[in-house]
Amino acid sequence: MDITPEIVKKVAENARLKLKEEEIKKFAQEMKDILSNFEKLNEVDTKDVPPSFHPVPIKNTSRPDEKGECLTTQEALSLSPHTSGNYFKGPKTL
Amino acid sequence: MIKQYVESAKKGAVDLLEQAHKALEETQKINKEYRYSAAFADPVAQAEKLQQQAKDGKAKGRLFGVFVSVKDNICVKGIESTASSAILKGYKPVFNATAVQKCIDEGAIILCKTVQDEFGFGGFSVNTGKGIEKPLNPIDRKRTCGGSSGGAAGLTKKATFPHLALAESTGGSIANPASFCGVAGLTPTYSRVSRYGLIDYANSLDKIGTMALNVNDAALLLEIISGHDPKDSTCSQLPVPSMADVPGVISGLRIGIVKEAFNEQMDNNVRKTILEAVYKLEQIGARRIELSLPLSMNYGLSSYYTLAMTEASTNLAKYCGLRYGASEQLSGTYNEYFSRVRTSQLGDEAKRRILLGTFARMAGHRDAFYTKAAQVRTKIIQEYHMAFKNVDVLITPTMPLVAPTFEELKQLTPLQHYMMDILTVPANLAGLPHISLPCGESNKLPIGIMITANHFQEQKMLQVSNALH
Repeated sequence: MDITPEIVKKVAENARLKLKEEEIKKFAQEMKDILSNFEKLNEVDTKDVPPSFHPVPIKNTSRPDEKGECLTTQEALSLSPHTSGNYFKGPKTL
Repeated sequence: MIKQYVESAKKGAVDLLEQAHKALEETQKINKEYRYSAAFADPVAQAEKLQQQAKDGKAKGRLFGVFVSVKDNICVKGIESTASSAILKGYKPVFNATAVQKCIDEGAIILCKTVQDEFGFGGFSVNTGKGIEKPLNPIDRKRTCGGSSGGAAGLTKKATFPHLALAESTGGSIANPASFCGVAGLTPTYSRVSRYGLIDYANSLDKIGTMALNVNDAALLLEIISGHDPKDSTCSQLPVPSMADVPGVISGLRIGIVKEAFNEQMDNNVRKTILEAVYKLEQIGARRIELSLPLSMNYGLSSYYTLAMTEASTNLAKYCGLRYGASEQLSGTYNEYFSRVRTSQLGDEAKRRILLGTFARMAGHRDAFYTKAAQVRTKIIQEYHMAFKNVDVLITPTMPLVAPTFEELKQLTPLQHYMMDILTVPANLAGLPHISLPCGESNKLPIGIMITANHFQEQKMLQVSNALH
């Protein structure tokens, strides 16, 4: 699998990471090495095999729609310097 | 043994305040040399309360007065919990993880948080986050103590006071350091223990488990933290069997020897020592059955790393520098702010895994990597289930070698680092319970034997463990 610096740049952009040129070069080589190894998975015949997103069967669970214990607004806000009234404050999204 | 200590403490025969001062001083002293602890709780204040309970004849709990260290990715209320990552610096959870709360409810004294690879990204505790020193092997400081629960294993080995550790495994992060440090490390079936309050890196793989100097103490702690929790929807509703003091009777028990785990790539001394232990088990009544797990041993690593990295790449997106942990002056757009925070705070291995995971779920690659890996996982689980029709437990070495030196580790590429997990990853990928136990030495360094059982069959691996020790 060929992983070029251009691919790494695109992936980093999607992953919201700012990489320096030398990091891009280094990661490109390492990713090539690792992903080529992962491609071994193609040797396994998985026709009609369902994927396992958990190792043991997981059921959807629900609970009664009743008020229970939860954090207070003040507790939830207590760890951030970026608050305004009862809200978190963030940078502009657009 | 913890049980005897707890009985004495409940009767008021132990000066808990003195114990707490001693535990704190000793842990701090160990820390100067070996760097196992991240943040400290206030054990003296907790001991004072318990001491009063004992005086009033109200002492209760199976961990009364026992010191419990907590891996840094498990939340303890009011104590900095960073998963050894700079991006969570200053984060003091406003709640306890369920596993921690269960310990407190049983009278435990929370001692400290233990150092790990950042978020659990590694097998040697050399990938601690920015500004966090890597822990050193308790037997030889030039060597790794394994990872990612390296601090937990090192402290378990060195502490001379009554101590148990809460650790966590995604792909082998309990068994591996337990092996390199010479302690018992128990990883339960996936979903046996609530993950509420765990700083998850891969939701479908993470499991909170335990460490102690001996099997029964680790098993007692595991029994205590197991069981259904409405706060974790993936947590199993199955009843929890008794795990402490499972009799080591193994007459007629079928022990599967995984052929691929004893090939030439394994260290000779390790291979020989484990086979001698198997011989000992045969002598006391076990039946040895050789078997092959070709899919698990050949494709387990690739399937595991693809899934783990994919899950990590989405999980870590919640650390955006706004609600808790590291933060900066608000400026620029959200994307610029978010990129700035994670780029400056995350270490190299975290970035590498985010990149690989992001790649594996991008349009055009998702089916070839992520979905394919999850399909291979299905076949690997099936392969194990087939094997467990013929055997009760599987035995392999935990690690293919004894603890390497930091110099040796520097020579390895990231892929070679991942390859070292060849023996622990398949069982973790399949969510199977497993234990690593000290089993002899090679050049004075501990060797670990790994015993794996079928889903929810923790008792069987404990049976064999107790027969060995």
